[in-house]
Amino acid sequence: MPTNNFVESSFWNFDTLFQPQQHPARDSHDTFFLKVPEVTQSLPENYLEHVKTIHEVGGHESIGYGYDWKREEAEKNLLRTHTTAVSSRMLYALAQGKFSPKKYFSIDRVFRNEAVDRTHLAEFHQIEGLICDRGLTLGDLMGVLNEFFQRLGMKKLRFKPAYNPYTEPSMEIFSYFDMFNKWVEVGNSGMIRPEVLRPMGMPKDVSVIAWGLSLERPTMILYGIDNIRDLFGHKVDLKMIESNPICRLGRQV
Amino acid sequence: MLMYTVCKFPADEEFDEVCFEFGIELDDVTTEKAIIRKEKHINEEVEDDEEIIYKIEIPANRYDLLCLEGLARALRIFKCIEPVPEFQVSKVPPASMIKIQVKPKTSMIRPFVVCAVLRGVALDQARYNSFIDLQDKLHQNLCRRRTLVAIGTHDLDTLEGPFTYEALPPSEIKFVPLKETKEFTAEDLMEKYKADLKLKKFLHILEGSPVHPVIFDSKRRVLSWPPIINGAHSAITLDTRNIFIECTATDLTKAKIVLNTMVTMFSEYCTNKFEVEPVEVISANGLSAVYPDLTCRKMEVSLSYISSALGVTLGVSEVTGLLNRMQLPATKGDNIEGSDPTISVQVPPTRSDVLHPCDVMEDVGIGYGFNNIKQTTPKCVTQGRLLPLNEFSDSLRAEVAMAGFTEVVTWILGSFEENFDMVKRNSEKQKAVVVGNPRTSEFEVVRTSLLPGMLKTLGHNKDHPRPVKLFELSDVVILDPKKDVGARNERHLTALYCNANSGFEVIHGLVDRIMQVVGVKAVSVGDNTGYFIQPSEEPVFFPGRQANIICKGSQIGTFGIVHPEVLQNFLIPDPCSILEINIESLH
Repeated sequence: MPTNNFVESSFWNFDTLFQPQQHPARDSHDTFFLKVPEVTQSLPENYLEHVKTIHEVGGHESIGYGYDWKREEAEKNLLRTHTTAVSSRMLYALAQGKFSPKKYFSIDRVFRNEAVDRTHLAEFHQIEGLICDRGLTLGDLMGVLNEFFQRLGMKKLRFKPAYNPYTEPSMEIFSYFDMFNKWVEVGNSGMIRPEVLRPMGMPKDVSVIAWGLSLERPTMILYGIDNIRDLFGHKVDLKMIESNPICRLGRQV
Repeated sequence: MLMYTVCKFPADEEFDEVCFEFGIELDDVTTEKAIIRKEKHINEEVEDDEEIIYKIEIPANRYDLLCLEGLARALRIFKCIEPVPEFQVSKVPPASMIKIQVKPKTSMIRPFVVCAVLRGVALDQARYNSFIDLQDKLHQNLCRRRTLVAIGTHDLDTLEGPFTYEALPPSEIKFVPLKETKEFTAEDLMEKYKADLKLKKFLHILEGSPVHPVIFDSKRRVLSWPPIINGAHSAITLDTRNIFIECTATDLTKAKIVLNTMVTMFSEYCTNKFEVEPVEVISANGLSAVYPDLTCRKMEVSLSYISSALGVTLGVSEVTGLLNRMQLPATKGDNIEGSDPTISVQVPPTRSDVLHPCDVMEDVGIGYGFNNIKQTTPKCVTQGRLLPLNEFSDSLRAEVAMAGFTEVVTWILGSFEENFDMVKRNSEKQKAVVVGNPRTSEFEVVRTSLLPGMLKTLGHNKDHPRPVKLFELSDVVILDPKKDVGARNERHLTALYCNANSGFEVIHGLVDRIMQVVGVKAVSVGDNTGYFIQPSEEPVFFPGRQANIICKGSQIGTFGIVHPEVLQNFLIPDPCSILEINIESLH
C-alpha cells in the first residue's frame, strides 16, 4: 500500500474507520495535530455524507453512535496515528470498482503524542496486513496469523477478545516466549466492521480481515534489546548495527 | 486501568484464564500495601494478611464493566453461576412520579437532563467507594471530562420535589458546596476553584457564559451546579437510603447511556433488586419524557451470518446458550417457515456497545472461545508485489551499503532549531509541516531534509572509530497545495563521511556510483540527457566546496563539505562531507 503520506486528515485517520469524534484517542494528548497545514484541502464529498450518516444515525443494520458529526473535526490535519488510515483509502478505492479479492500490506511510520520512555516512542513503525474477499471467516484470520507469525519465529499463538472501533470481532494476538516463560502480546487483529465497509460501497458479502503489529516490539524481543533507542534514532549504537548477524528469523528449525 | 478487590469469585478457577477468555486484561496482581511500598520505594516484607488487588484493564466501549459490581456480575454470568438480570422500571402512577421541569435558558449552556431514583439502597463503605469511583471513571472517559455529561447523585430524603433545571447568572446561584460550611455564589466559586487541583479543570466549561446550569428542589435548595460540584445539603452518606441521580449534558445519547450505566450497576443494592424508580423530565416546550429508558432493543440476527462469519457450524440452541452467558438474552427467532433460522436478541440497557449484528456475532465467538475455532486459510489467489518506489529504495539501500556505508534510521520530528537554525537554513522554514500541540521542542516540526538528523547522529557517536560512513534513505515532508491534505512525502537519501580529512572525494564518488547504478549517464554541463554537477552556494556547506547534482535538467540533490560552524552546532569535532538526493526524481 502506498503509505508515503505522514500527513493525514482526521477524516481518513478516524472518521472513515468509524472512530467517533468524541473518542479519547482523538484527544490532543494522544495525537499530533498540525498547525501547518491545519486543515485538509479536500475530501470526497459524496462519501463524506455516507460517513456522516453512519456516525449520526446508522444504517446498513447499524444504529450508529447518535451524536452530531462535525465536518470541522474531520478536516483537522494530523500526523497519522496508524497506517490503517492508508488501508481505509485503499479499501475505498477498491470499493469504487468491480470487486476482486485483494491482499494488502504495509510497513511504515506512525506518530503518537504520548510520553516517551525506554519502551515507548513518539514515532514508531507499524506492520499492517489485510485480506479482502467474499466469505472470509474468523477461522481464516487465525489461520493467516499463524502462518504470518511463524515466519517471524513465533509458533505458539493464542487469541484474546479485544476492542477496536473499526473491527468486530477484534482479537489481540499473544505468543509464548520460552525465554520469558510467558505469553506476550505481539499484535492486534479483527474483521473490519460493516460501518466502515458499507458506506464505501463495498458489497455486503465482502469481508475484510486485518491485522497489525508494531515493528519495534518484536524486534526488541527477538534481538534481546531492552532500550529501543539503541536501534532507532540519533542515539543509535553504531557498533551494534555493524556487528549484528544476518537475519535468520523464522528459518530456524 | 482499574484496581479491584475481587472477592466474589470461585477460588478454584484460574482468574487469569477467565479474564483472557472473556477479553479483559489482568495487568497486575498486587496488594494495597505493596502499592504504597512501591510509591515510597520501601522494601519491606510482605505480610500474609494483605488483601489481594487485581489490576484489570477493560475494553474502552464496555461501560458496564467499569465497576466491581458490573465486572463481577459479567464474569459470574459468563461462568453460568447466575442468570442475566432483568432490569425493571417501577410502576409509579404518573401523578406521583418525581418530576423535574427544564427551563428554557438551559439550552444556552447545557440543554439536557435525565434522572432516576434508586429506592431502599443499603450502602457500606466499599459500595459507597465503588459508587463514587464509577462516576469518576464515567466522567473521565464517556463524559469526556464532564464536557459532554456530568453526574450528580443526592440523598433524596434531604430534598423535596418537584425539581427544576435552570440556567441563571452565576451571581444568582448561592449555596453551600460539598466540603464547605458557608455559602458561596457560583461567581465566587469560579474564582475560588482556580486554586483547586481537581476542579479547576472543569471551569472552562462554564467560563464566559452569561448563565450557569443549576438544579433546585421545590424549596430552592441547590442540588448541584453542573458540571462543577454538588451542594453539601444533599450529599450522600453511608446512611442514605434513597438516591436521586441527575445527569446534565450537551449530548443526550451519552447522557442516557451514563444514566443507564449508573442505575443498572447499582440497582442490585435496592430493596427491589434491579428495579429503578422513574423520573419525569418536562422540557421547556412542555413535552415530557420518562427516564431511565431501560427497554431492551430487539435484534433479529441470522444464524447463517453468525456461523459463516466465525467459521463454525452452530445450532440455534447452542447460540442462544452462548449469548445468554454474554449478557445478551437470546431466544429462537420468529422466522418464516423455510427461510434461514434467526436468533432474537434482547439487547439490555447495559450493552450500549452493541450497534450491529456483528457485535452479537462477536459475543457468540467469545462464548464459544476464539481459540476453539478451527483455523483455516483463505482460498483466494492473488499476485503479490512491492510498491515500485519501495522496491527501488531497497535496491538503492543495498548499493549504498555495499559501498561501505552503515544505515541509520532517525526521527522525523524535531525542533526548529535543529532543522533550520543549526544548519543555516532559516528560509526553508516556510516549506515545513508544523505540529500544533508538541509536548516539547523535540516535536515541533516535521523534517524537510535528512541532513540535520544525520549530523545529530554523528554528534552522538563521537567515539566511533574513523572513518564514519553513514547513510539514511527515508521520507521527508514538504507542504504541497496539490495534495488533498496539503503536504506530501518525499523520499530522500543522505550519506555522510567523517574522518580526519573531509572526504569530499568519497562523497563525490558515491554520487557517481549512485547515478551509475540507477543508469543515468554522466554528461557535460548543460546536457539534459544525463547528469552533471554544478557549483552551489548553500550556507550549510563550506564555500567553494559544494555542488548541485543536475539530472535531466532538474536539480535532484546537493553535496559538499559541511561548514565548520554547522559542525560546531552539532558538536562534531572532525571534518565531514555529506550528500542529499531526492531519489523520487531518479525513480
